[in-house]
Amino acid sequence: MTTSTNGYKVGSNLERMIRSGEFVVTGELGPPQGHHAEEIREKAALLKGYVDAVNITDNQTAIVRMSSIAAGAIVVQEGLEPIIQMTCRDRNRLAIQSDLLGAAALGCQNLLCLSGDHQSFGNHPGAKNVHDIDSMQLVQMVKNLRDENIFECGDVIKEGGPRFLVGAAVNPFGDPFEWRPYRLAKKVAAGADFVQTQLIYDIPRFKEFMKRVVDMGLHEKVAILAGVGPLKSVGMAKYMRDKVPGMIVEDRYIDGMTDAITGIEPLPPLTKRRKALKAQLQELGEDDPARAEIEAELAELAPRIKEIQAERNKNWREKGIQMCIEQIQELREVEGVAGVHIMAIEWEAAVKPITEGAGLLPRPNVGSNGSG
Amino acid sequence: MIVAEQKPLNEIKTMIADAERVLLVGCGTCVTVCFAGGTKEVDLLATSLRMSTKLDGNGKVVDEFTVQRQCEWEYNEPLKEKLDDYDLVVSLGCGVGVQTLNEQFPQKQFVPGLNTAFMGLPTEQGVWEERCAACGNCILDKTGGICPIARCAKQLLNGPCGGSQNGVCEIESDVPCAWQLIWERANDLGQIDRLMELQPAKDWRTSRDGGPRKIVREDLRLVAHEEE
Repeated sequence: MTTSTNGYKVGSNLERMIRSGEFVVTGELGPPQGHHAEEIREKAALLKGYVDAVNITDNQTAIVRMSSIAAGAIVVQEGLEPIIQMTCRDRNRLAIQSDLLGAAALGCQNLLCLSGDHQSFGNHPGAKNVHDIDSMQLVQMVKNLRDENIFECGDVIKEGGPRFLVGAAVNPFGDPFEWRPYRLAKKVAAGADFVQTQLIYDIPRFKEFMKRVVDMGLHEKVAILAGVGPLKSVGMAKYMRDKVPGMIVEDRYIDGMTDAITGIEPLPPLTKRRKALKAQLQELGEDDPARAEIEAELAELAPRIKEIQAERNKNWREKGIQMCIEQIQELREVEGVAGVHIMAIEWEAAVKPITEGAGLLPRPNVGSNGSG
Repeated sequence: MIVAEQKPLNEIKTMIADAERVLLVGCGTCVTVCFAGGTKEVDLLATSLRMSTKLDGNGKVVDEFTVQRQCEWEYNEPLKEKLDDYDLVVSLGCGVGVQTLNEQFPQKQFVPGLNTAFMGLPTEQGVWEERCAACGNCILDKTGGICPIARCAKQLLNGPCGGSQNGVCEIESDVPCAWQLIWERANDLGQIDRLMELQPAKDWRTSRDGGPRKIVREDLRLVAHEEE
């Protein structure tokens, strides 16, 4: 039985938002490394009302987490619309299609097709990867399930195929840079309805990418959601710049985070002192009278360090949110950008102040699909 | 060629622990060329095992022999008469060689002295790199002569993933991104449009996924086989 979709491919809230021309906001929710549903419900509560749909990651960075489909089904129960992430790393075409039938049965309507981070990054580096199909072929397969009612093998699905709005990822910062607009064109040709980009911390380069995309007319065929995320610290900004493959971070973000804590007493001298004192304690015998003085200094240091850490974190987080709002405002002006994808990793509470600050609240009501 | 490397000495010692008399058998083909299992390496390993087991207080007899090609029955025939003198044979051939010997001389056990790594080539003295994964259905015409099955960590058929940066793969900074190479080559050949063709899901039946593979050439068989 194919449900009537009133001219929509799927009728999900995400599709309605895209079609309405409103500026779209998606978020991200990472399932727990455990089996408790409560954690998902808590995160969903932090996002509900502030995003139009939320990505549910699939063993992100190749670390085992609760299934994205199971977590997505819980998110559906919470009244939030999931975008199920599906990687080609862990499943072959049989498992993917089987899981998609299940996902559809559980009320999931949006799917993001990914290659998947290599397993060497995760907690099972010795695992065998699958990559039976690639993300491009996955996009095509999911489109064919929906539009042709056929499985990958060509068999007809008599009751009609599962219907998903098909998403894909785009990394404007990966190399070869000149290839990236072409790769997007290929994903569009394969059937992508929307794409979400890698985190953007280099807006000039993103604009350069978008200029090519607009010249090729791709923005008229696919909804492009620009990826943003609030930084939490200088360390995080530097980590993203230096360690995350396919990521470029402009100096202004590093500088912004560095400036955010000027005026706060520097922490490193205190932590170094603490380390030195602890080392001294190790050297001394249990009854050594010199211990008392060292322990007293340590006791005095502890609350000072804690206080400075708290102050730094507060300033960093405020700055991170502020810079994210500025990013959104700047990206909103870029031709061809249909919305933003906010990745507040393990910091879902940031989504409300970000969307609020960027003037994106309340989220428009574009009508329910009546089937969920 | 098939590229292999020697197993750690301690692992080989564990495998031969229960034997008094051991024969090492090298192979004169691929593993000789990649300095893993030819006459020289057999000699070196035999010496190491003799010295090491002697120091351990249970010195073993370790003899040496190298055949031209362990993966063909006829080259292994000269081994036949020697085998009775040994409790165990360590093959320094590739995995094909080890299995050929076990199959050919079932009265004796042959254990592997090498880890067979991949099919590739030496890119400089002392460096070998993988080039072919034997998927059984070559697509090198579509990818500028660079294989994404063997050389892309995710075996992608439709372009690079998001982890390609500055020409290297996300898994390791000394691994070139296969798709960067394919892109550059297509650019040089003026064939970017070919990369825009959507490559469909690959039929892996010709690869290992179809089960153990076999090629039968009736035109070459000496005895005609008539299947019902």
